[in-house]
Parts: sequence; structure tokens; C-alpha cells
Amino acid sequence: MKLRVEDLVVSFRNPDGELLPVLGPLSFSVSDNEFACVLGPSGCGKSTLIQVLAGLLPPTSGAAYSDGQVITRPLSGAAIMFQDTNLLPWRTVLDNIALPLEVAGISRADRYRRVRKLLPQLNLEDFERAYPAELSGGMAQRVALGRVIVQKPRAWLLDEPFGALDALTRESLRLELLQLRAGARQTLILVTHDINEAVLLADRVIVLSRRPGAVVADIEIALPRPRAADMIYQREFLLLTKEIRSYIDEQRA
Amino acid sequence: MQSNPDHDNYRSAQKRKLALRRLSPLMTILFLLLLWQWLSDRELVSPILVPPPADVYAAFAAALDDGSLVKHTLVTLGEMLYGLLLGVAIGLVLGYAIAKAPLLEYILSPIIVAFQSTPIVAYAPLLIIWFGTGPTSKIVTTAVIVFFPSLVNAIVGIRSVSPRLRDLMTSLNAGPWRAFRLLELPSALPVILAGLKTSTTLAVIGAVVGEFVSAGSGLGYLVTTARYQFDTPLVIVSVLTMTAIALSLYSLVAYVEWRSLAWQRRSAA
Repeated sequence: MKLRVEDLVVSFRNPDGELLPVLGPLSFSVSDNEFACVLGPSGCGKSTLIQVLAGLLPPTSGAAYSDGQVITRPLSGAAIMFQDTNLLPWRTVLDNIALPLEVAGISRADRYRRVRKLLPQLNLEDFERAYPAELSGGMAQRVALGRVIVQKPRAWLLDEPFGALDALTRESLRLELLQLRAGARQTLILVTHDINEAVLLADRVIVLSRRPGAVVADIEIALPRPRAADMIYQREFLLLTKEIRSYIDEQRA
Repeated sequence: MQSNPDHDNYRSAQKRKLALRRLSPLMTILFLLLLWQWLSDRELVSPILVPPPADVYAAFAAALDDGSLVKHTLVTLGEMLYGLLLGVAIGLVLGYAIAKAPLLEYILSPIIVAFQSTPIVAYAPLLIIWFGTGPTSKIVTTAVIVFFPSLVNAIVGIRSVSPRLRDLMTSLNAGPWRAFRLLELPSALPVILAGLKTSTTLAVIGAVVGEFVSAGSGLGYLVTTARYQFDTPLVIVSVLTMTAIALSLYSLVAYVEWRSLAWQRRSAA
């Protein structure tokens, strides 16, 4: 799925009734099967961007497009992973991952069969009957990831998926994400404020300015795939992160 | 693995504490019964005011024997259950509608507030005039009194559904029915069941108040007639039967709550 935003502007009304710009004007496009990371300081409107692309929030002006069509409502081919896990606390792991299938009207037997096939890849096979509150942060994120994968989406929209995790868990989940995606053909947009994460995962890093977020840099990441955790010590990796950091530092000045 | 004696002591202390907690209510009841017996034995109170337990038991056995207790209990129970069903159903449906359309709350608020702030005993006679002296008027009285907690809890329950989970359902293109069944209902269930517990105890009040005003049967009627005949033991039997009904219904809802909210217990552990 090709995703594009053009002259996108989102403003919110503050309690005094004034229009407060949070995002844009912003234009970029992500081609089919590309993995793009949108990197920006907190409060730059990254999450807002994901919500517009997910069809959950209408832009104030400009538009977002999927395969050339204006996005006006949630697309069936796109799945969103929310900032916190956003799991349903009364549903087990199995039923949380199966939720999109249940919404789509798929029978219980079929749902469970499809989710159970997924559980080993997510390292959750022993936890299918657990409730979200019984899981560790990393496991809960894997459930949320499972809920995306089970939809077989052509576009994944990931809103700081690993933001709330400790550093070690975050590291291993990043690579798991790449493995889970490997072989499949999907467009990914991942929003993060972590430079290493962006460079390690993406084909392309789009750097946003402070609020209201606009594109300040669009950098190709030509690192070979599959990516590995120790790539972060390689010269090419360091040069890229250094370059990106300079754009971010410019913003601070 | 060797068990730690300190840990074992702690465990058995915990067990004793739990057992004590469970036994305490029973001990209170036993104490009250003994106090009652003692007061009667010493004739500290007039047996007309407080008949001895034996007399009450005799009245209970007699009323059970001639079938009158069962008959009146079934009448009251029926009025309560129909009233509960009606009041809770209307309360939940209207509460859901109000949660979805806040304007409705403003439109309906005069009626709802008036009903809620006026004592049920005051307008129960009016309901008898409108719906007759038969069970219908008691069903309506019960429905009116249980309506409010159901309404409020439905509104609170549905309004407190997480907006982020709503976003999730929207992103999955869930229609209104699926959003209701998969998100709103389970999310609001704890609050709705808490309201239902309040409603069951109120239902007894509704039915009995209706029977007090005018009735030919039911436990409220039994109390009224027994009182006119200075049959204090029968009054007490009727009252205790109401207590038993209220407690059983409450326990039933509490059990349903316990069963359906297993996830909350496990999440808290």
C-alpha cells in the first residue's frame, strides 16, 4: 500500500477557542513495501500523523492518501498499533489477538486456529489464557503486535510501539518486529523519538521539526538486511545517526 | 524444597484470619438470637412487642404448613422479578441512549429527577389508582424504584469506556452492534452489575410499599393484616422472609458478578 500525505495540517482548538497548529504543513510519501520511520521530538504531532493515516482523525487541511485515494475513514488494509498496548483487559491473550477477526465476523474456531498459528512466533504460546494485566510489558506489546499481524494488513501504522518498555526488552522487540515482517510485503510507518530505533529498523527516516511538525530531513537508510542488533556499532550506522542527530539538534537551537 | 517454618506460620495465621472473617457475620446473628431469647426469658420486654423466638418459629411453621407463607412469598417475588426486569431493562436502554446522546439527558432530566427525589411511598397510591390493586401496580412501583440505579450506572458505565479502545474499534471498522457487544457492554459490565445489586434490594421495597398501600396478597399484605390482629410473630416472620428474599437475590447477582468478572480478580492478584 502506497501512503502519501500532501500539505497536511492538523490543528486543535485549545480551551480558549484558539486554533493551535500541532502538525504540518507536511508532505511526504511512502512507497509500497517500504519501512519508513517518522522521527521527531515529543509533542511534534507524530501520533496525530498516525491517527490521520489510520483514518481516525480528519485533517484540518490537506489530505492523506492510500494508493491515490483520500483517506476519510479507517482502511481495511491498514492496521494500527497504539502507543500503549491498548488491549481489552477482560479478554485473554487469545481473544485480544483474535479481536479483529471477531469484528470481521470470522467464526470462533477459525479465529482461534489462526491466532494459535501465530502464537509461537510471538513467544506467547504458553500465555493464551492469560489476561493483559498478568503479562509483562514486553509480552503485552507482543500481543498488540499479534493483533496487527493477524489482520494481514498491507500497511502497518505503529505509534511508538516500544516507547513504554525497558531498554533490553525494546531492543529484542525491535528485531522481533523485523522478523515478523520478513517475507511479507507490507508498508510500514513507525513513529518514534529514538534515533537508533529509527535507523536500525527503517529503509527511510523522515525527521520532523518541533510542533507543528514539518519534514526537516528525509534520509535513505542503505544498511543491509537482515538487520542485527550489533549493527549499531558499525561505522555506517554511526554516521547515519550522527547526521540525523544534527537535524534534531538544529531544531533545538 | 524445604518449607520455611516462618512462612508456614504466616500462612496458617492468614488462614485463621480468613476463617475468623467468614465466621464473624454468623457470630453476630447468633449473638442477636441469644440476646433475643435472653430478653424474652427475663420478660424484660413485653411478649406482645417482642415475642420469644419460639413463638416466631411457631408462627413460621404454621404459615408454612397452611401454605399461606409460600403463597404470599411467591406473589411478592413475582412482582419483584417482573418489576426488576421492567425497570432494569428500561433503565439500561435509556441509560445507553443518554450516554450516546447527551441532549436526551437534558430533555428527560425533569422527569428523572422528579421521580428520583420524590419518596416512593408518596406516589405509590397514585400508581395504585392508575394500575389497580392487583400485581400490575406493584410491578410498576418496583420498576420505578429500580429504574434509577440502572439508568445512572448504564450512563456512567458507557461513558467511561476508554476513548482509546473506541479508537481501536473504529480502526477495525466495527459497526455499532459489534462495538457494543465487544467493547461497550463488557467494559460497562462491572458498573452495571453493581447497580443491579442496588436494584435487587430496592425491588423488595418497591413491591412491599405497593402492597402496603393496597393489596389482597403478598408479604406486605401479610404484614398489614398480621399487625391489625396484633399477631406480632407473623409480622416478624413476614419481615424476615423479605430479608431472605432480598439477600438471596443480592447473592445471586453477586455470584453472577463473581463469575463474569473473573478477569478483574486475576488482574488484581
